[in-house]
Amino acid sequence: MFQPSPWRADFPAIAALQRQHQTYLDSAATSQKPQALLDALSHYYGHGAANVHRAQHLPGALATQAFEASRDKVAAWLNVGASGQIVFTHGATSALNLLAYGLEPRFEAGEEIAVSALEHHANLLPWQQLARRRGLKLVILPLAENGQIDLDAALQLIGPRTRVLAVSQLSNVLGSWQPLQPLLAHARAQGALTVVDGAQGIVHGRQDVDLLGCDFYVFSSHKLYGPDGLGVLYGCSQALALLRPWQFGGEMVQLAGYQESSFRAAPLGFEAGTPPIASVIGLGATLDYLASLDASAVAEHEAALHRHLLRGLNDREGIRILGQPQAALASFVVDGVHNADLAHLLTEQGIAVRAGHHCAMPLVNSLGLDGAIRVSLALYNDSDDLQRFFSALDQALELLR
Amino acid sequence: MSLPNAAQDALDAFTAASGWEQRARLLMQWGERLAPMTDEEKSDEQRVHGCESKVWLVARQDDGRWHFNASSDARLIRGLLALLLVRVDGLSSAELQQLDLPAWFTQLGLSRQLSPSRSNGLNAVLQRMAQLAAGA
Repeated sequence: MFQPSPWRADFPAIAALQRQHQTYLDSAATSQKPQALLDALSHYYGHGAANVHRAQHLPGALATQAFEASRDKVAAWLNVGASGQIVFTHGATSALNLLAYGLEPRFEAGEEIAVSALEHHANLLPWQQLARRRGLKLVILPLAENGQIDLDAALQLIGPRTRVLAVSQLSNVLGSWQPLQPLLAHARAQGALTVVDGAQGIVHGRQDVDLLGCDFYVFSSHKLYGPDGLGVLYGCSQALALLRPWQFGGEMVQLAGYQESSFRAAPLGFEAGTPPIASVIGLGATLDYLASLDASAVAEHEAALHRHLLRGLNDREGIRILGQPQAALASFVVDGVHNADLAHLLTEQGIAVRAGHHCAMPLVNSLGLDGAIRVSLALYNDSDDLQRFFSALDQALELLR
Repeated sequence: MSLPNAAQDALDAFTAASGWEQRARLLMQWGERLAPMTDEEKSDEQRVHGCESKVWLVARQDDGRWHFNASSDARLIRGLLALLLVRVDGLSSAELQQLDLPAWFTQLGLSRQLSPSRSNGLNAVLQRMAQLAAGA
């Protein structure tokens, strides 16, 4: 039965891609953009760009107003109350590096940072390199069979020496939601700071940082149907106060002298240089668009597509799905078929999926693989997209086997 | 300079192919033609990195002429490697340096396999060959 997406027409690129015979199933890498975002970018550039927080002239005032309105929209989207703030960065990777560098002076050799075995490189390498710089121990929380962090093991490993727990909310390879609540509560009880990488999680359901109970929450705009070059860091006020500035330059400074300077508090103290103004304004427009949708209809649509995806993969012989995906995506390998060969033939047929290690090399290697194919979904996909993928998959496998 | 015989065969076959399926079949057939590589030859030293699949390239020079052997754990890459080797076998360093290999793949209708976003390893193999030809 055909399952249309009521929101497909809101994303003009989907029709453009279809005219080029491309079926886009790589939204976990980046998403297509709604018309509302294109309009906002065009309006901002078409009506007068200006720098923010600097000039008293009218264009500057309007840009600053729109920029700060976006900050409020992001805060509202995450249900940030009076107890925290939103910092704009140049991407999720940038936000996580800000944390690793910003917290660096607080750690002593021998202390521990805990991350899970499934982290994206963006939430692994900044902590790994921090650990190497400061002589800290990087503790890797193991996974259970179902692709979730092994909670019993994790609660044992997170102890009084743990200074930071940094974990993904939704795995970009396994599609598994992580048991954040018990992990975060335990880590906080041990006195550790908690960091949630929401790059995938934020795209599939509203997130509430207050309910989550984390110190920091990070996501990237471009995966959430927003513009690229923009990351978001939420921090609760006490945790933000622990960060030292990590990049220095325009507008993050209070008083600058030739030999020494003093710096602003969050958020501006962590937004050195001209921020991605158009992208921030664009993300605000994207959030307005997303807020106008029926959230439960979107969730149902995505869940039905995801069931369709899993059913189709399970129906085919020799396909091994990685973990037990719960949402958004599925990664798989095929017995006796190299994923590079399969990716090659899917590309030939206009199927845009991702092949490789998905920026989670340690995870993929620990599964005994050197790569996998990932199909990922967004609200604009429909069941025809999946049908085209499955028939291309069948054709490819027929050739290869 | 006229094409080596095997290269001419490849060009004839690929220009006659219509559609992706036929090209894929041809690639797999050409891949079977690669001389087998021993496990010793598949060493880390011969491995060409920067590829989604494992690719090995063994080079030797006889009387100033290059001869290569190559292999991969992926079948379609083996085909691409075979098409590369028939074009470069027996060339001198000077000839190899002058040869426009991307143009060769374009002639075969396989230019997309060399696009910068592809991590199939063909680009990395061409770079390795260029380094060898330059005496690096």
